[in-house]
Amino acid sequence: MNNRIRKDFQKNRYVYLMALPVVVYYILFHYMPMYGVIISFKKFTPALGIGGSPWVGFKYFRDFFGAYYFWRLIRNTVLLSFNNLLWGFPAPIILALLMNELRSSRYKRAVQSLTYIPHFISVVVVCGLLLEFSQMGGLINDIVSRFGGERVAFFQDPAYFRLFYIGSGIWQEIGWGTIIYLAALSAIDTQIYEAATIDGAGRWKKMLHITLPSIVPTIIILFIMRMGQMLTVGHEKIILLYNPTIYETADVISTFVYRKGLLEFSWSYSTAVGLFNSVINFTLLVLTNRISRRLSETSLW
Amino acid sequence: MAGINKRTPGEKAFDLFNVLFLLLLCLIMIYPLYYVLIASLSDGNLFLAHTGPLLRPVGFSLAAYRMVFRNPMVVRGFANTIFLVVTGTAVNLLMTSFAAYVLSRRDVYWKGLLMKMAVFTMFFQGGLVPLYLQVKGLGLLDSYWSVILTFAISTYNMIIMRTYFLGIPDSLEESAKMDGANDFTILFRIILPVSMPVVATMILFYGVARWNGYFYVMIFLRDRVKFPISLILREILVANSTDTMMDGASSGDMADAERIGDTIKFATTIIATVPILFIYPFLQKHFVKGVMIGSVKG
Repeated sequence: MNNRIRKDFQKNRYVYLMALPVVVYYILFHYMPMYGVIISFKKFTPALGIGGSPWVGFKYFRDFFGAYYFWRLIRNTVLLSFNNLLWGFPAPIILALLMNELRSSRYKRAVQSLTYIPHFISVVVVCGLLLEFSQMGGLINDIVSRFGGERVAFFQDPAYFRLFYIGSGIWQEIGWGTIIYLAALSAIDTQIYEAATIDGAGRWKKMLHITLPSIVPTIIILFIMRMGQMLTVGHEKIILLYNPTIYETADVISTFVYRKGLLEFSWSYSTAVGLFNSVINFTLLVLTNRISRRLSETSLW
Repeated sequence: MAGINKRTPGEKAFDLFNVLFLLLLCLIMIYPLYYVLIASLSDGNLFLAHTGPLLRPVGFSLAAYRMVFRNPMVVRGFANTIFLVVTGTAVNLLMTSFAAYVLSRRDVYWKGLLMKMAVFTMFFQGGLVPLYLQVKGLGLLDSYWSVILTFAISTYNMIIMRTYFLGIPDSLEESAKMDGANDFTILFRIILPVSMPVVATMILFYGVARWNGYFYVMIFLRDRVKFPISLILREILVANSTDTMMDGASSGDMADAERIGDTIKFATTIIATVPILFIYPFLQKHFVKGVMIGSVKG
């Protein structure tokens, strides 16, 4: 054994030299922060450092579970995430199927190129424009009032936040999401379609029995990945969009972690909330993967 | 799917609906961006007075662009972004190639462990505060290296690159090995030159993320002089403070800014977005391939 390791080091010394900065990177920027998570069980103060700060056990977790906004955060995170899955997940599948039915390949390519573009627009621009367009005198209200609707300050009213958040997310990612499905669709053997035509299958039947089944494994893999993020709603977009008047629907776990940790300097508390979030996500991912493996033999690992 | 058989009326109706529906979808994709462009080219006062959708600029004017280009924060932000994107992407490429190369070797004893170590980070992270404290502890706060190094490798991208490397036939490097070339030479002289599609994909993925990223720059950088364009844009668009535009401006400029108003926001948006949209068509062919490679289980 030892001999093998020594031989391996001799033979692959340049490979290991190359691996060195990579290992250092993962340790410094991934595993050290993972170690840093223990501050959620300590009363951390920068002066004492991670090692020197006193242990407090599960105090911060209890504080969080007992906090009056606990259920609001859970509800908002789950609802945003669930709605995002419900509307955002099927959208690119439907678009890919529609693009696949186009008879002109040039038109198809044009649709692809145009729908990919929003993916490259920065989140700052997307949110900035969303806020701009949804102002009382903005483009969206201009259109609403032209059709006889009442002008609304959309980002002052908690009722609209989910709609705008999810809608803008679909706008940005629907085209990009089709790439993976279109790749799976292009791999289908055309002979299968021809055979089905001879058997008298129409376009709808072919789509239902050939096209759709062929992308099911892709759908399942992506679905498992999404499940692992069921309790993750990114803070990057929300902190640009929200304000205290709409915390009622817009404040989620990650934005709370950001506010507590980096704006209010409750280091340990924020880390505890983040850890709670990560553990649930990890559990969900493992569970979905296990269920999927049992039901369909498609799994991540 | 060439139509060998005649289309039924129902199919014809569907085809028509499909074409029109996708046309509408494309319009929805493009119109907001088009609106920003023509708003930025409009006259400030006329634009302010206008309500409803626009099809062409109201009272063509380049005043907003003149104003933006005269603003030191925007110009400096633009330069900072270019530095951050070029240096950052270079570090990304180097580190990602190293990792992908190591993990694509056939007989390296610790490879399995290294791979597990990398993949685990995709599913579990320390979180925001521990990362911040670590970066602070390394003394990187307020330096570009904070963001450059923190995101030196995206494990997802690294797996895409590794999958590509695994597909390269061994025979290519064998002769070089016979000649006594070391692994660095093999990576730079043999592997990378035949991996241009995946390298292009990496440049696009990393470059766009670096260009657009705002959050970690916001929490790691304090000095406004170092702000990249994304943070300037955030101040102008989201925090809605055109104060940024007033930095170092004369009183005459201030009056101008009032008058030009909203069009400044749109002009800044265009300036910050156009460079990305420019490189996009050239790389489109490659990134489609890249996403497909990524979809293959690693």
